[in-house]
Parts: sequence; structure tokens; C-alpha cells
Amino acid sequence: MVTLTAPETFSPTIGTAAAAADPTVLDLAASPVRELNQAVHNAVDGESWAVINPGGKHSLAVGINADIQVTIEGHAGYYAAGMHQKGDVTINGNAGVGLAENIMSGRVHVTGDASQSAAATGHGGLVVIDGNAGARCGISMKGVDIVVGGNIGHMSAFMAQAGRLVVCGDAGDALGDSIYEARIYVKGTVASLGADCIEKPLKEEHLAELAELLAAAGRTDNPADFKRYGSARNLYHFHVDNSTSY
Amino acid sequence: MTITSVPAAAPAYNAQPQNIAELGLRESATFDRATIADIQRAAATGVYDIRGWGAKRKVPHFDDLLFLGASMSRYPLEGYREKCDTDVVLGDRHASKPLHLQTPVTIAGMSFGALSANAKEALGRGASEVGTSTTTGDGGMTPEERGQSKHLVYQYLPSRYGMNPDDLRKADAIEIVLGQGAKPGGGGMLLGQKITERVAGMRTLPVGIDQRSASRHPDWTGPDDLEIKIGELREITDWKTPIYVKIGASRPYYDTALAVKSGADVVVVDGMQGGTAATQQVFIENVGIPTLAAIPQAVQALQELGVHRKVQLIVSGGIRTGADVAKAMALGADAVAIGTAALIALGDNDPRYAAEYSALGSAAGFYDDFQDGRDPAGITTQDPELSSRLDPVAAGKRLANYLRVLTMEAQTIARACGKSHLHNLEPEDLVALTIEASAMARVPLAGTSWIPGM
Repeated sequence: MVTLTAPETFSPTIGTAAAAADPTVLDLAASPVRELNQAVHNAVDGESWAVINPGGKHSLAVGINADIQVTIEGHAGYYAAGMHQKGDVTINGNAGVGLAENIMSGRVHVTGDASQSAAATGHGGLVVIDGNAGARCGISMKGVDIVVGGNIGHMSAFMAQAGRLVVCGDAGDALGDSIYEARIYVKGTVASLGADCIEKPLKEEHLAELAELLAAAGRTDNPADFKRYGSARNLYHFHVDNSTSY
Repeated sequence: MTITSVPAAAPAYNAQPQNIAELGLRESATFDRATIADIQRAAATGVYDIRGWGAKRKVPHFDDLLFLGASMSRYPLEGYREKCDTDVVLGDRHASKPLHLQTPVTIAGMSFGALSANAKEALGRGASEVGTSTTTGDGGMTPEERGQSKHLVYQYLPSRYGMNPDDLRKADAIEIVLGQGAKPGGGGMLLGQKITERVAGMRTLPVGIDQRSASRHPDWTGPDDLEIKIGELREITDWKTPIYVKIGASRPYYDTALAVKSGADVVVVDGMQGGTAATQQVFIENVGIPTLAAIPQAVQALQELGVHRKVQLIVSGGIRTGADVAKAMALGADAVAIGTAALIALGDNDPRYAAEYSALGSAAGFYDDFQDGRDPAGITTQDPELSSRLDPVAAGKRLANYLRVLTMEAQTIARACGKSHLHNLEPEDLVALTIEASAMARVPLAGTSWIPGM
């Protein structure tokens, strides 16, 4: 389902060993977003791009389908790295609503904070947010792995179907409401759990996958400090006795 | 619903005396037999009734409009000899690859999951044969469907089941769904009986569970966000693919205007008679407005923004005949979409399955329990035995026949009104039979120049 990238192959800044060649620089103060996206759609495996002056513009580096590296030096608006399929996108700044929405595979890394609906409906791949994520982080996630260094907002992992959400800080209200089969790990406090979401035992297999996810995100947190949450599976079939849960 | 929705202990309502009329019994208009059965069903089960189809209540509709044929002041066109074109271009406002369809009758979005793979294939075959489009649904794109559909519209729904950029790039158009006429404001539902391994796999869900899907999109709300979302989809598809916005008819004037301002190429307006695979009956019958009332509001919004015919309008919800097609277009639609009628053309509610409908507690012509997955006609089911009853080639042929009839009927009317293209039909060609239809459609009551409210 998910191919994890070892942390040492990843570099958050331009000019280090990660890029196979010098990155092609695209200045969004001078070029439209269309030019960036057409360029990354035309790109072939191994290419490297650096985007400067992103200015919080929307839909940066969306629909990438080649094994390339894109680094955005600054803040991104809505849907940065949306529907990401291959390669790495790094945002050295904050990201707006819907970061890496519907990501299929590959890796997206934000060094700052991400707004709401980060990695929404993601089917695979890894999304790393070093800072905090807003509300609805991992909403309707379908296989993506998300690692958040800080806190996440309310209604995160709402209707989460598959994948793993790791939170190194605290979680807001109604975590995992109406969750299906996704697994949630939180190190800090949970303000409240949503309908049908419960705390579950942290077994060896969970510690192992958590360790792997934390390592992939370049983090040193101790997996044993986390708690695991998931579906009680009481709402899988409608029953009149549960009508007040809806 | 069917009487099988009620536990076996409940009395069957056909155990009544035959001579009700002779006994002088008076049926309540308020508590008619269907209403009484609804109350009994609710009392027995404690769960609301879920069913397929759209609103069954009688509402002002295309039947309440008539065409004024040509006479002294307008020339008719000769049938068969003089040209009456039917083609339509959809999505040329911003997309570099708009759709060019040979008939304005398209197939509405219906999911694999709600429908069998054979039914989806048949829809694709029938639509492709006459040069029109078919549409995916809440459950992703199947290879059968893509393979058999010349023009395939890929729905972008709140659940995003099976959504992926590869299929997005394969689509001939993208339809962002805000709602549907049967349930404006409602999410999707697919009950466990229909969540087979394949359906579950496509939707990333456990097999056999009741699927509840969201009613709002997970990463945008409102027109300002929608504009940004449309921008993202255009960037991913390199501005090639037309983008539709589908709304369930509730406030079509504002919704159409906002869809246009958000950058849609095409607006799809679905009235309350539009079908669903599974929705609460209370929702179907009580939320939304009739198709007839929705069209003039949507057209007014397009005209005021100066984009009528530039942003195309597709209307759905209760289209059955070529007359309905012609009336929708005369009111200002560029194209129409059919769902329920297309399923009937494939073989839904066929009297040849009368005995089996009866065994399910329903009857041919009434069967609407699409959520149960036990469709004798093999259309709204995932059961392999039932599905195999539908021959996709023969069913596709029936659909193509039906689409041709709709097109020829619409042409017949257009020629009678002196129009060389279906798009030349206009409100001027119409009158209304009732005050209600006159007010909703904004055409005069027949024999008068009166339009209530105008």
C-alpha cells in the first residue's frame, strides 16, 4: 500500500546531496503557476525543481506523475501538491487548505504548519508536517500515512477509511469521528473522540509500524509514548439502537 | 418501499375485502393506504424507509406545457427532408478539449456499486452508439465503463471513492457534484448487501458494511473555495478537460450564478424527480424543487451573467420523452441527462419479471428497492447470478434505440416549430396548461398572455 522513504534520502533544502543535478529554478514572481505545473507534468524522472517566490499561490506542483524533486521556498496556498503521485515535494514554509489532497504515493513534506484538510482523501504515500495541522487533517483518508510534528485541529480523521495518522502533539475535538479502518496514534492529549472512535491497545505490531513511520518522517519520538485510536466498528451496520450516535 | 420491508408478523394489506367501493368505504386523502403502510413500517422497524428513484409525488412537470406549432406567422420545416440538427458542444468556455455530442440527451451519473458492471457497460455501449456521453458515479471509474464509453464524464464527489489522477486524466469531462435532485444536501449511501469485494476494493471499505458517504466535500466549502478547487483540477488536467458543476435543484438561480463565477464550463441542474440509488424517502419527497421550476431560474442566472449558451446548462430529473427533451431545451437547456429512463430502457421494471417483483413484495412498474441489491432485472445489484441476466450488448442496443427515439421525437417537435436546430427552440414556442406550470416555467397560460408573477 505504502512505500516509505528512508529519511536519509530526503533533504529539506536545495543544494544538498539530495538533488541528482542542480535544480531548475522557477520564479513565480515572474512566471504563472500554469508554467510550473506544465513543467512538472512534462518532467522526467530524476529532474529537480526549485520554486521561488511562491507567494501563497494555489495549486502549486499539482498532479506530479514523475519521480522528481520539487522544493517550494516559501508559503503555498490551497491544494499544494494535490493528487501527488510520484517523487518528493518539500515546502519550506506553511501550506494552505487541502495540502496533498488525494495523494496517491510519493512524499510531501511541509516544514511549517498546514491549514485544514491536510492530506484529505489521500490514497497512499507519506505526508509529513513538521508544525501543526488545522481541522480535518486526514479527512476521508484512504491509505495515506500522515505524520504531524505538532498538534492537529478538530474533526481530524473524520470518516478515515485506511492509512495511518501520527500526531506528536495534541489532537482537537471529535478525533476520528465515524472512522472506518484507519489507525491513529497520538502522543499528547485528545480533546475528545468522535462517534465510534475508541482507544485501542498498543501492541508490538503497532509499535513497529509507528517506529517505521516516525523514522520515515525523520523524527526521534519514542513510539511507546503514543496511544492508539481506531474504530469500535459499532456503526458499520445501521441499527436503531445507535440512532443517537448519528 | 415494499411490504417485505415490514417484518413478517405485520399484517399484509392485501388481506382486505374485494368490494371496498361497494361497502361505501371512504379512503382518507391525508391517510391514504401508502401513508398508512409507511406508518406501520416505521412502527415495526424503527428505521426510516430507504429506496431508489426520485420523487414519486405529482408535481408540475413538462406534461403541463404544450408547444405552439408553426402556422401562418412561422413556417414549419419538412420532416425527414429539411435539416434539424441535434449536436451540442459542452465545455468550450475554458477547456481546450470540449465534448461534441451528436444528441443532447446524455446519461446521468450512476455508480458502479449502485449498478452492476453489466449495467454500466450497457450504458456505455448505448450512449456511444448514438454519440452521447455517460457518467461515472460515487465509486470510481471501471475499465468496462471507460472501455465502452466514447465520451465519459468522471464525477468528483465528496467521498472521493476511487478518485485518482490517472482516471481524472482519462476522463472526457469532470463533473464536480454538489448535490443531486433527489437529495439536495444529502450524502451517499450504499447498503452492505451491495458492498461486494470488488465494490469495497474500489472504495477502500470493508466488505459488507453499510457505506455512509459525506454530504460535503472534504477540502472545500462554498463558492470561493470551489473556484480554487476548479483551478486545481484544471491545472492537473492542463486545462484540457471540461469541468461541470452539478447541483441538486433547491436555489438554482444562486447556485448557477455561483457555479459560473467559480469557473464552471457547464452547469448541471437536477430536479427533485431525478433518481437516486438509495436515499431516505422523506428526503426524496420533501427536499428540492421540481425540474420545471428549476430551469427558468438557472437560465435567468446564465442570461444575467451574459453566458447563456457559453456556459452550457444540462437539465435532468424526469426526462422521459422527446417532448420533455424539447421542452427543457425550449426553456433554455443546452442538453439533458437521463437516469431512471435509461435504466428502464435497459430493462428495469420489465413486466417479464412480474413474478419475481411480486416475490419481493413489489410489482413491475413500482420496484424501487435499489438499495437491497436483489433487482430481478440484474441492473441495481451486485449479485453475480442476477447481474448475469442483463446482456450488456442487447441492453446497450435497447438504450441506443431509446436515445434515438428521444432525439427523433425532439426533432419532430422542433421542425413543427420551424427550428433547424434543437437549440433554436425558445420559451416563445411554449404555453402552459396550468397556472402553477405557467408560474414556474414562466410561459403564458395557454390562450392568454398571462404569466403569474411576471
